[in-house]
Amino acid sequence: MYRYDEFDAKFVSERTEQFRNQANRRLKGELTEDEFRPLRLMNGLYLQLHAYMLRVAIPYGTLSSRQMNQLAMIAEKYDKGYAHFTTRQNIQYNWIKLEETADILQALADVEMHAIQTSGNCIRNVTTDQWAGAAADEIADPRPVGELIRQWSSLHPEFSFLPRKFKIALTGAPTDRAAVKVHDIGLRLHKNAKGEIGWEVMVGGGQGRTPMIAVTVRDFLPQFELISYLEAILRVYNLYGRRDNKFKARIKILVHEIGAEKFKDEVEAEYAKHPAQQTQVEQAELARIATYFAVPEFEKLPRLSKSFEGARLAHPDFKRWTKNNLAAHARDGYAIVNISLKPEGGIPGDTTATQMRVIADLAKRYSFDELRVTHAQNIVLAHVRLDDIYAVWQKLVEHDLAAANLGLAGDIIACPGLDYCSLATARSIPIAQAISRKFADIDMQENYGALKINISGCINACGHHHVGHIGILGLDKNGEEFYQITLGGSSSENASIGKILGPGFAAHEVPDAIENILNTYVKLREGKSEDFLTAYRRLGAKPFKEALYATA
Amino acid sequence: MTTQEKGQVMTANRLGDGEVVFLTRAGTWSEKIDEAALAQEPQALAAIEARAAEDVKANLITGQYLFNATRIDGLIRADHIRERIRTLGPSVRFDLGKQAEGKAGAFAAVES
Repeated sequence: MYRYDEFDAKFVSERTEQFRNQANRRLKGELTEDEFRPLRLMNGLYLQLHAYMLRVAIPYGTLSSRQMNQLAMIAEKYDKGYAHFTTRQNIQYNWIKLEETADILQALADVEMHAIQTSGNCIRNVTTDQWAGAAADEIADPRPVGELIRQWSSLHPEFSFLPRKFKIALTGAPTDRAAVKVHDIGLRLHKNAKGEIGWEVMVGGGQGRTPMIAVTVRDFLPQFELISYLEAILRVYNLYGRRDNKFKARIKILVHEIGAEKFKDEVEAEYAKHPAQQTQVEQAELARIATYFAVPEFEKLPRLSKSFEGARLAHPDFKRWTKNNLAAHARDGYAIVNISLKPEGGIPGDTTATQMRVIADLAKRYSFDELRVTHAQNIVLAHVRLDDIYAVWQKLVEHDLAAANLGLAGDIIACPGLDYCSLATARSIPIAQAISRKFADIDMQENYGALKINISGCINACGHHHVGHIGILGLDKNGEEFYQITLGGSSSENASIGKILGPGFAAHEVPDAIENILNTYVKLREGKSEDFLTAYRRLGAKPFKEALYATA
Repeated sequence: MTTQEKGQVMTANRLGDGEVVFLTRAGTWSEKIDEAALAQEPQALAAIEARAAEDVKANLITGQYLFNATRIDGLIRADHIRERIRTLGPSVRFDLGKQAEGKAGAFAAVES
């Protein structure tokens, strides 16, 4: 896992003191709100619907137990005993006091954390595959490169005042779990016939009010050219990106307006200006960073575990959870444990301080002291011995963390919506809760199969509704909440943007509408092996439209 | 008989702790919407706007704005759901916010 070096520690500490001074000046009136706003935003502090909100960066979603325990401490001491894991692999506190924020930042700095790059028109916190370094299908762990990008981009003077925010995601596996095609830059690792690895560079994806799938500008960029190539992209964007209209300022609009080919030419021309040898990533530096992500000291274990298989036979609930919430690990005798933060009727991503401590303790005892936050608002223990999984599950059951619904209808992504967010036009959480309750029966969820239901409370799409197999967007019509349903979105390697099915629904109508869509799918699918998205792509919107609107 | 008066309420967040507050007739800031001044005449509106601007300068509040509301039998109902949620706390956690602290407005976010 990444560790601070002495430069980081000193820098973050100085930055905290700088913020303490800025906050004190604001409280005394020496800074106006207009002067202070950009300063607080650069430190992750927003003013939300009920209070200040602090967004803390979790680079590539990776945390140690010590860090998770500190996040729990902050939740109890400075907030109301809980926090919210976000779709950017970060964590948010909803009830923060400006007067205490510098103390919180110091508490974060004590465990090598901060809130830099969680706001503002800079390169934001880098995100990646939550199974990095563990997944059976992975070519290489993407986190060292993610860390290299983080170090390069953190407060980069040339890229701190971009036309708009800028998000980079990367994956080291062919199965895209990091939604790279809906980021400003998406990076995907490939291996060529010679066994060399290189990055596919995709640009101009994004969600928000103008959703787009990224276009590939390089198929196979050698790793040592990556940073200088990213610099060329950022320079072209910095120069040509629109600053006259906030809604047209993201790089996706630039790529769309000038065309992918022209954009690519501009990047290549910019890239050619800078002799590669001057800006090449030093292999030594990458190697140094890679040691922070060293492969844990795995034991040599048999592929199967008798105790694990025995527990599965003895406990049907455990068996079901292992079926839905475990993923294949690259090593024999280990599995990836996915902890769903979506209990029946729960608030997606919300976690109590007690639950955080339980998860931290499990990570420490059973998963090399490391845990991951996922963009689907769940938690991963990446390296658990099969022999230990039953003990882990028992602990999870005790703390309402054992929902066996990973990747199913109950595993809903939802932004905080109008219950917390000052930008929202409608509530998201109650819709997620109502759907979760309606499909509480896991047998029913398993029958519906792999499914992503994503809910956003406004067009900014923090709840990733555009890439939900079923997307739900909450809007305001004359002061009333109503919800648009989109079908066919995906954030995977075969990414697509969902299409609006028809007129919207009142909040109370949404769960029935979803059930209607799912029952239509079940009726028309070519066997259980054809999942919802595949069936939708085959059938198109028509049968779903007919089912949903025919009776109206 | 129900009496209804329409007007506007000035709201903000308290600078130091971010608490949602409403401007009262006495020119102070209350955490309870029912203590808010409901401005109906242009003169009253101008007065609460001026007061809020002064209190921004005095470092008491931030993010001030007006919203439409109706006084129904002496209790103030924000016209828009967003503002009703601000007078209560999250609709999904009744144990949090004003509704958990005896400072809630009298009207639900959504009437069922």
